[in-house]
Amino acid sequence: MAGAKEIRTKIGSIKNTSKITKAMEMVAASKMRKAQNRMAATRPYAEKMRNVIGHLFHAHPEYKHTFMIEREVKRVGYIIVSSDRGLCGGLNNNLFRKLIKVLRVHRDEGVEVDFCAIGNKALGFFGRVGGKIVSQATHLGDAPHIEDLIGTVKVMLDAYTEGTIDEIYIAYNDFVNTMTQKPTIEQLVPIPPKPDEELKHHWDYIYEPDSKEVLDNLLGRYIESLVYQAVVENGACEQSARMVAMKSASDNANSLIDELQLIYNKARQAAITQEISEIVGGAAAV
Amino acid sequence: MAMTIHVDIVSAEGEIFTGMAEMVYAPAVMGEVGIAPRHTPLVTQLKPGEVRVETEGGKEMLHFYVSGGILEIQPHVVTVLADTAIRAADLDEAAAQEAKRRAEDAMANRTSEFEYAKAQAELVEAAAQLRAIERIRKGKRG
Repeated sequence: MAGAKEIRTKIGSIKNTSKITKAMEMVAASKMRKAQNRMAATRPYAEKMRNVIGHLFHAHPEYKHTFMIEREVKRVGYIIVSSDRGLCGGLNNNLFRKLIKVLRVHRDEGVEVDFCAIGNKALGFFGRVGGKIVSQATHLGDAPHIEDLIGTVKVMLDAYTEGTIDEIYIAYNDFVNTMTQKPTIEQLVPIPPKPDEELKHHWDYIYEPDSKEVLDNLLGRYIESLVYQAVVENGACEQSARMVAMKSASDNANSLIDELQLIYNKARQAAITQEISEIVGGAAAV
Repeated sequence: MAMTIHVDIVSAEGEIFTGMAEMVYAPAVMGEVGIAPRHTPLVTQLKPGEVRVETEGGKEMLHFYVSGGILEIQPHVVTVLADTAIRAADLDEAAAQEAKRRAEDAMANRTSEFEYAKAQAELVEAAAQLRAIERIRKGKRG
């Protein structure tokens, strides 16, 4: 039987592939756990930061920061958080697809867009699409540090302060659970005011040295912490998406192997039957 | 029992301390501040130094090093938002310039990784086409 050997080789190569995907799945699973822990670790800071910002909105600073003032939109900035590597299912593509839809709306309104790419995939994609990338950060690794992001974010914030761009958004994958990652686009600046908060009485902080300097610092850090959290969350998404993708790849490989094994066995059986009938036929002829 | 104030010390990459204290000392830019319960609302920047927390009962003094950050005080809550990175205006500026330069490089040269990403995208497209062709062929045969 001619096909038997080829089928055997094919089974062998698929087995090797499934070994790789299996290994990647397990690596992703352990990395995911770490990434989730990291996500939990960053949460207190973000929460406290949000509290402080919430208080600030209650307070009545004599100095109104530019990050709190809305203005007419002519140009917007997008900070796009993606993964550095592929093989993680539709994670990045889903995000980009959602983003493209929003960008189309902007284009129809005649609003121009600047990009800030975090992660190789965003850089590659928006470079190819032909967007204007003003800053980037890649190779953040499994444990991203906030100092790797400071510069990248500052470029955007400076552009906002100077008036080059009028709104900043962030696009990232929100970690819902291991199976679900939700592509999310949020407005960063101007900081969207919380609607449910009513002003009870007039009070303000004491600012040291003065309100402008403190607010500049505080709001800058607030935005940075939001971006950092998005990056960490996207990291957890990446690992869990990879784990799921690799699991389904291993499953597919296994079912393919089963199928091929069946075909191989049939082919082998057919060859044996043929040989026997040939021998019997030969013996009868003699 | 003596009055206490709730203290949270957090950094972007993790929680450092949370608990009750009788007194908190922090290195503000204008000089060290000591915070007792019912302090008036205050926001200030911190400079590198030590945050000291006198825990309940006043028996223990906890020391935490911070490399800067923000201190926020509400009458019953003290929040220290500590920096993990060393910050300075010119350092930040340098980092921003670096990020800008990298983006410009990637846009201008379109080399190495950029090319790699592009090639990879093309490869995926080609593979999808091949698969479609294969499927059409199989369909014709079957």
